[in-house]
Amino acid sequence: MSTVAGLTRATLAKDLRLEWRSKDAINSMLFFSLLVVVIFSFSFDPTAEESRRIAGGLVWVAFLFAAVVALNQTWARELRNQVLDAYRVSPAPPNALFLAKVMGNFIFVTVLQALMTPLFIVFYNLRALGPAYQLPIVAALGTWALVVNGTFFAAMSLRTRSREIMLPLLLFPISIPALLAMVEATGAILTGEFSAKFWIVLLAAYDVVFTIASLLLFGFVLQAE
Amino acid sequence: MKRVFPILAILTAGLLSYALYEALIAAPTEQTMGDVQRIFYYHVPSAWTAFILFFVNFFASIVYLIRRNTKADIVALVTAEVGVIFCTVVLVTGPIWARPVWGIWWTWDLRLTLTLVLWLIYVSYLVLRRFSSSGQTPLLAAVLAVFGALDVPLVYFSIWFFRTQHPQPVIGGGGSIDPRMLHVLLINWLAFSCFAALVCWSRYRLEVLRREVDETLALEALLEPRSSQTRSSQTKTSQTGRAG
Amino acid sequence: MNYLYAAYIATWAIHIGYLSTLLRRYTRLRSEIEEFKTRIDDK
Repeated sequence: MSTVAGLTRATLAKDLRLEWRSKDAINSMLFFSLLVVVIFSFSFDPTAEESRRIAGGLVWVAFLFAAVVALNQTWARELRNQVLDAYRVSPAPPNALFLAKVMGNFIFVTVLQALMTPLFIVFYNLRALGPAYQLPIVAALGTWALVVNGTFFAAMSLRTRSREIMLPLLLFPISIPALLAMVEATGAILTGEFSAKFWIVLLAAYDVVFTIASLLLFGFVLQAE
Repeated sequence: MKRVFPILAILTAGLLSYALYEALIAAPTEQTMGDVQRIFYYHVPSAWTAFILFFVNFFASIVYLIRRNTKADIVALVTAEVGVIFCTVVLVTGPIWARPVWGIWWTWDLRLTLTLVLWLIYVSYLVLRRFSSSGQTPLLAAVLAVFGALDVPLVYFSIWFFRTQHPQPVIGGGGSIDPRMLHVLLINWLAFSCFAALVCWSRYRLEVLRREVDETLALEALLEPRSSQTRSSQTKTSQTGRAG
Repeated sequence: MNYLYAAYIATWAIHIGYLSTLLRRYTRLRSEIEEFKTRIDDK
């Protein structure tokens, strides 16, 4: 079972099973997102026209913070049970572990988005004036951009002081182009004023570049600590 | 080495003074913006210098990843620090220039925004270097530098497209430039590059010294307990001798 | 006009601030070395 695909599937299945039993990550993410939605609701009371313009930013800020909650606990279980040490001495390719973690996080955040989106639609009276079918594409590409770098930086932060602060500190600056793309694309689709095509292409390029970079460099990070 | 440095320092100081004179007095006054435009002679060279320093950092980080060369790691650290300093200058002079010209402090100007993102990335780089335990720091920092470098073209394109969708004022005057102004700009750039090189050199020597001292102190701590142990065991025997 | 001087002064304030940080680190390092030397001489 030492092929990358087999290992990835096994690790992913384990993580999903553990999460399904405890629901730790999902619950904390859900609660956090809910808080963000409610607080933003109080601060901004826009008209339907305005809310379509700013919803992109609001939604992605909420998802970003929720993603950080998920990312912070990515490696916690592995750290507690010395799984990382075992992995380092085994002949298993480190990419399999990394890929499984990224996919796990991707699934968690996507589930969160699926649960939160109806709430956003209700709270901000949202209706897409542009091509709505593009929204899941933007969501998927954007989420992947956040979790691929987030999982990588979470691994890098493991042996630093203030681990929980280190992750967002490293993640946010690097994610700026992706965040800009997500927010602008969502805004473009909701308002129907611009085409989101460029932003979608940019997100795809971002995802390709950083997935490859993470896969190539994860070995270093795993060996480092 | 030690004798060359003061000579170079004096030469650089002279060059900077000459460049300052050129910028404030000799350069022609700009038509629309007036004298405030002279900030340009400090703003732009600082940006170019910062970008060059970050490029050197990227190169040094790659060398470190391949060769694990300590010198490359120190060069990476030094260029990141000095680069952040020059970036800060760009981010401070930019708004000071924008305010009288455009009436606003900030704008999503391409160069200014790119500088801001680079500043954020490299400040996070420096925080990582400070907060991680010393064994793996050079390796993790090098990896982060590579990520940052990969990000730069993506940042550039995203800001560029953002500006076509949401038109913004342009700080720093696009288009053609008067050859006399170009001359003053290049003089200032040369002066600041020499200045940056000297600061990097100083920081490099400081870091080398710092690491030597750390190693020596660590070695002393390793050797120390043995000598204090023998002293305390001698005390014990003499005490029991007295009691008995 | 004041903006112009503010920008130039701010630039040099930042540079001088950084250089003084380096100087302070250097003097602290020197004193550590001196202290270490006296400790070694004592033994």
